[in-house]
Amino acid sequence: MKLFFKLLFRNRLAALGAVVLGAILLLVIITPLLPLQDPDATATADRFKRPFSEGHVLGTDHLGRDLLSRLLYGTRLSLAVGFAAALIAATLGSGIGIVAGYFGGRIDNIIMRGVDMLMAFPYILLALAIVAALGPGLMNALIAVAAVNVPFFARNIRGITVGLAGREFIDAARLAGMGHTRIILSELLPNVLPVIVIAMSTTVGWMILETAGLSFLGLGSQPPQADLGSMLGEARSSIISHPHTSVVPGVMIFLIVMSINLLGDGVRDALDPRLRSGALSRPRAMTVVDRVGSIPQATDDLLAIQNLETEFHVEDRIYKAVGGVSLAVEAGECLGIIGESGSGKSVTALSVMGLVASPPGVIKGGAVRFQGTDLIGAPYETLRRLRGDRVAYIFQDPLSTLHPLYRIGDQLSEAIQSHHKLTRAEARKKAIQLLKDVRIPNAEARLDSYPHEISGGMRQRVGIAMALANEPDVIIADEPTTALDVTVQAQILSLLDDLRRARGLAIIFITHDFGVVAQLCEKVAVMYAGRIVEEGPTKSVLQAPAHPYTKRLIACVPELGGGRRELPSIPGLPPVVDNLPKGCAFAPRCEKAQESCHSGEVCLRGMGPRSVRCLFPEEAG
Amino acid sequence: MGGYILKRLISAIPVLLGITIIVFFIMSLIPGDPATAILGSYATPENIEKLNRDLGLDKPVVQRYFIWLGNMLTGDFGRSFSLNRPVIDEVLERFNATLILAGTAFALCSVFGILAGVFSAARQFGLADKVITFVVLIGISVPSFFLGMMMILLFAVNLRWLPVSGMYSIYGGGDLPDLIDHLIMPALALAAVATGVIARLARSAMLEVLRQDYIRTARAKGVPERQVIMRHALRAAMVSIIPVLGIQAGFVLSGAVYIEIVFQWPGVGRMLVDAILKRDLLLVQGGVVFVAACYVLFNILVDVAQSLLDPRIKT
Repeated sequence: MKLFFKLLFRNRLAALGAVVLGAILLLVIITPLLPLQDPDATATADRFKRPFSEGHVLGTDHLGRDLLSRLLYGTRLSLAVGFAAALIAATLGSGIGIVAGYFGGRIDNIIMRGVDMLMAFPYILLALAIVAALGPGLMNALIAVAAVNVPFFARNIRGITVGLAGREFIDAARLAGMGHTRIILSELLPNVLPVIVIAMSTTVGWMILETAGLSFLGLGSQPPQADLGSMLGEARSSIISHPHTSVVPGVMIFLIVMSINLLGDGVRDALDPRLRSGALSRPRAMTVVDRVGSIPQATDDLLAIQNLETEFHVEDRIYKAVGGVSLAVEAGECLGIIGESGSGKSVTALSVMGLVASPPGVIKGGAVRFQGTDLIGAPYETLRRLRGDRVAYIFQDPLSTLHPLYRIGDQLSEAIQSHHKLTRAEARKKAIQLLKDVRIPNAEARLDSYPHEISGGMRQRVGIAMALANEPDVIIADEPTTALDVTVQAQILSLLDDLRRARGLAIIFITHDFGVVAQLCEKVAVMYAGRIVEEGPTKSVLQAPAHPYTKRLIACVPELGGGRRELPSIPGLPPVVDNLPKGCAFAPRCEKAQESCHSGEVCLRGMGPRSVRCLFPEEAG
Repeated sequence: MGGYILKRLISAIPVLLGITIIVFFIMSLIPGDPATAILGSYATPENIEKLNRDLGLDKPVVQRYFIWLGNMLTGDFGRSFSLNRPVIDEVLERFNATLILAGTAFALCSVFGILAGVFSAARQFGLADKVITFVVLIGISVPSFFLGMMMILLFAVNLRWLPVSGMYSIYGGGDLPDLIDHLIMPALALAAVATGVIARLARSAMLEVLRQDYIRTARAKGVPERQVIMRHALRAAMVSIIPVLGIQAGFVLSGAVYIEIVFQWPGVGRMLVDAILKRDLLLVQGGVVFVAACYVLFNILVDVAQSLLDPRIKT
């Protein structure tokens, strides 16, 4: 609750709304105590006095009545009627909603049908019908506005109640022999009340506006009594000659509604946890680059990741997702990156083409060189031209990575047309060929399917076809087979392998599965807490892991036909990368850790084609 | 598709019936005697009784409902006593004017609301985003009738750019440019609030969509950012924007009542208010049912549009 108010007031606009509304409420409460003139006393001689004239700060209206006095009494009335309507609508609507949600079944069905019918009206038609039946008058306008808003509360509160009614504590209360009334009042209501209050706070502004509207139409408060709406309605005929009579009540309605809106937004933001973490910000077209330190020299690798550092800045925390990673691939080569989830392997891969979502991602250092050109900090257009054309991605879980509303053929064609000037028909022809290349049966027909209409394995093939669309030099595959079953996985892997050999593709393959690495990659890099801990030819690393982490990781893989044995899991969890320990990141989980492991920085040291980041590497053999 | 539309039309029948029931029974709550209201308090008992019989008011309420419903199905909405003409003729004529006003406003708020929301989301936290957010906040807080009055003051009285009120000029005019001249202000005033609401929703829908994996895929393919926003993100965001357009259409229709009063627009809203003040209940009843039915049918159109947009909806 304290946090709620803190958040609410950190939002400056919401605070402004609270202050304005508070001031108006205060003014309205003390109105009868103020030395004001009688709001209904007419003085025809003094009609239409301008604001700031003697004795009338805001001037007078067409009957010479003091506008300031009328404004304050009118505001008082409008607010009272609005709040009363909100209270009535909330009570009735919530009652209906709770009953429908709690009892469910046929009662729920009948009630909600009725609510749906009421909601099928534009609200004013219903309000007008009610006022027509009851006759014009402020009381009847209040009833109409309250009635119109009942369905809103009924529907919202029913939804919440349905969720609660199935919960254990309601069952427990029922088993304890409590009656329906008692369960509703003592168990359900306290849980629903906060939602009712929030719904009220967001609709009270509406109801004030709606009652003012009915009064404006002459259907609400009747003369001489005035609320803000009827003041505006009476002033309408003199708008051209004496605009101040309409501006005064109009501005007041505006201030009330705006302050309630601001406050309501603030309340909603403070209560929505997603907004609280600032997560609802839009990722930009490319990752923000803020490099400190020197930029590594160019090499002649096809694609080289050099000392890359990528961080996530969330509020005042900094997560060092990638802390100085260097990797390189040549044409026709397959490099595996392996590690647990959260080890920074995906972020490394996404950093290459500036695809790390930012905010919160920031590339803080290093370089990514494609054929010698640095891509970090390259202009957007340079990066865009390379994306999907020279360096293509295959993502995990193609159900969420393919656009759900476009046909597969259109998504493939788009990949081609983003880089080549082709007509629709040509692109379509090429798309068919691509689907055939990844061995999708019946390619022509599949082109017109939507992603949700085909199987997971097929979708993954589409993802691969899309990556191949422009015959790239490098493919970065981020766990492309994790979501698939084993047979499909084997097919996809052999497909990738064939393509690599046939086209001389370089592949960076990210996975947490040593079996996949062994099958596909010549080289492997093992990542832990944002750094490479071991690197080398796959065979040699698998046979003789040098880093204790690699060794333990390999030991975790069950062997097929190896009989039942105990699989040794690694105790503890990977460290959170916002507060890395000094020294070796794995040391806290390592059996062999010594004093020196915790003290200084541990470097990646080379031993021939292999390198390892460990002070006490495992002995070969 | 045809089957889906038919299914939605059939499912609208109970809703339409429900509307007639609700309206009829609200109207039958009227305290006092409608015949007295029509004839005035000096009418003789014989006259009142005769009128009651003529209007069918001597029959039980349920029976009266079915007579009324049956008549409506044949196009007979009764006769307005204050205008002395068939209700349906008056409603159709007035509804035409409302449709021009509300339809224009709806088109304006849809187009500008979505554009503003998209632009705002694409420039999140930028100057344009802040300006749009501020304007939108003002827009959704000004009551449309007050905005309309202020527009008259500024554009018609002070600047003399546009006519003060009405639908056509009294002398000359009557052609399309004249209509447009008269339409600009009320349509803008009516569209303001809905534009703000739609812009806010479109902005948050876009922000939500832009975080999705398939947007990253589009970027990874090298799709130009403009196209990522206008094609990939907007198309997906429309799935959550369209239902709100349907709801906002109801608010535009509601707001038209105020705007028609402010601008003396000869629409169905003004007719209803006049009818209520004159206690011409058959006219109110017929007008409400007719407009509500149109709104229900419009919402079917919205659903159909939604199903065309989203292939995942089973048609």
